Amino acid sequence: MSGRLVAMSGLLVAVALILQVSLFDAFAWDGVVPDLVLMVVVAGALSRGGQVGMVLGFGAGVLMDLAPPADHAVGRWALALLVAGYVAGRFRQDSGRAGVLAVMATMAACSFVATSIYALSGMILRDPAVGFGQVLQVIGIGLVWDVLLTPLLLPGLLTLYSRLEPAHAR
Amino acid sequence: MTQLQNRPVTRREGLNRRGSLEPRDPRAPRRSTAVALLLACATLITLDQTAGALDPARRVVGEVFGPAESAVSTVTRPVTSIPGWFKTRSGMKDDLAKLRAENAQLQQQVRTTDYDRNRLAEYDGLTKAAEDLGYAVVPTHVVALGPAQSFHRTATIDAGSASGIKPDMTVVAAQGLVGRVLRVTSTTATVLLIVDGDSTVGGRASSSMKVGFVRGGSSLGDGGDSLELQLVDRSATPATGDTVVTWGSAKAAPYVSGVPIGKVTSVYSSVRDSSKTAAVQPYVDFGALDLVGVVVPSGTKSDRAIIDADGRFKQ
Repeated sequence: MSGRLVAMSGLLVAVALILQVSLFDAFAWDGVVPDLVLMVVVAGALSRGGQVGMVLGFGAGVLMDLAPPADHAVGRWALALLVAGYVAGRFRQDSGRAGVLAVMATMAACSFVATSIYALSGMILRDPAVGFGQVLQVIGIGLVWDVLLTPLLLPGLLTLYSRLEPAHAR
Repeated sequence: MTQLQNRPVTRREGLNRRGSLEPRDPRAPRRSTAVALLLACATLITLDQTAGALDPARRVVGEVFGPAESAVSTVTRPVTSIPGWFKTRSGMKDDLAKLRAENAQLQQQVRTTDYDRNRLAEYDGLTKAAEDLGYAVVPTHVVALGPAQSFHRTATIDAGSASGIKPDMTVVAAQGLVGRVLRVTSTTATVLLIVDGDSTVGGRASSSMKVGFVRGGSSLGDGGDSLELQLVDRSATPATGDTVVTWGSAKAAPYVSGVPIGKVTSVYSSVRDSSKTAAVQPYVDFGALDLVGVVVPSGTKSDRAIIDADGRFKQ
């Protein structure tokens, strides 16, 4: 990973994280907000491959675990987003340059995988005591949010990532 | 073809999973990286579960992200208040009717409580001493709410150790109890809301003065945030409509006493252990938290104006 890629990813993740907790909490749907950090991870993985996706997901997840309102065990979002980055990377290998629908499908899959893994790790660690029905509801609403915002945000993120790429590597 | 035959094929990594000689995609995820990162996750989770080894890291990240969250929240306040504009006229009429009914009911109560008030005046002398030990409140804004995806109900407020806030202090809103401070940075603090699944507050049913525990993350009650109250005395039944207040902890940490928590909406009995659990509707609307106060000892040094025990602003 080049220095510029790391710097840009870090900045994007930080901005996404702050908007997620400070701006979108006012528009939350039953408390569920769009997972902007996941969108940055998916964009990185789709344009730069699974290797970058995994590392980016891990880094973004650790930041999400540590940044202020969070109170769960550190490493849970890191695990969830790491797997999401890997999954998004696999989608890229299979479909090459993806269309809008393929990107939305990837986003839906990653949203489902990430929130499910996070919830499962919580059930194993008994971190918060929540019911299965509530978990399914949160996963569902989160998935709808993420898919709805994908056509608005992902093209811009993908363009940012592909501009950074040296031309010979494309 | 010749090009392929000339390639050295001795390296195992040159073969992909299907056993063909295609060169490996350099951007595909490497197994070693995946294993290393997974192990790192496991290590982090274990470290955080066993000891507070990661608290310094949380603090450092908080020092950076807290002020950024405050800034974004302040700048976007005109935008985030938009949902409030869409309150319909009929909705407001309903609110008005409800408030009128409540007002009438309260007036009736006031008329009948003269006798009680006279008796209370006698006790007031005793409580004067307690009032001198009264608390002050640091007013702050909620600048970030944890998303429901994290299954934890936490918030960030824009006052920290510089304003005299320490962990395990009570956070209140105008309507009632909000939660307690978990950890602080110099300019922000993280608050555990009482509706979180890990939160337990000592509560007292105000009509019978029976004590019990109020837990968050309840699935009782009909929709929205709900708490559940279980009385210590298993034979007692909380009355529906009863107000639940905090009974306070030793040295007023983490909760000061006498703060209203919520109203009992319904009572469920468990056949198994013959105990009764009450669903409690909190007075505070946790979806629309904004101005809250942190209860600090009177005379705390603070970088902002604090509301003192007598209700006056003090610099």
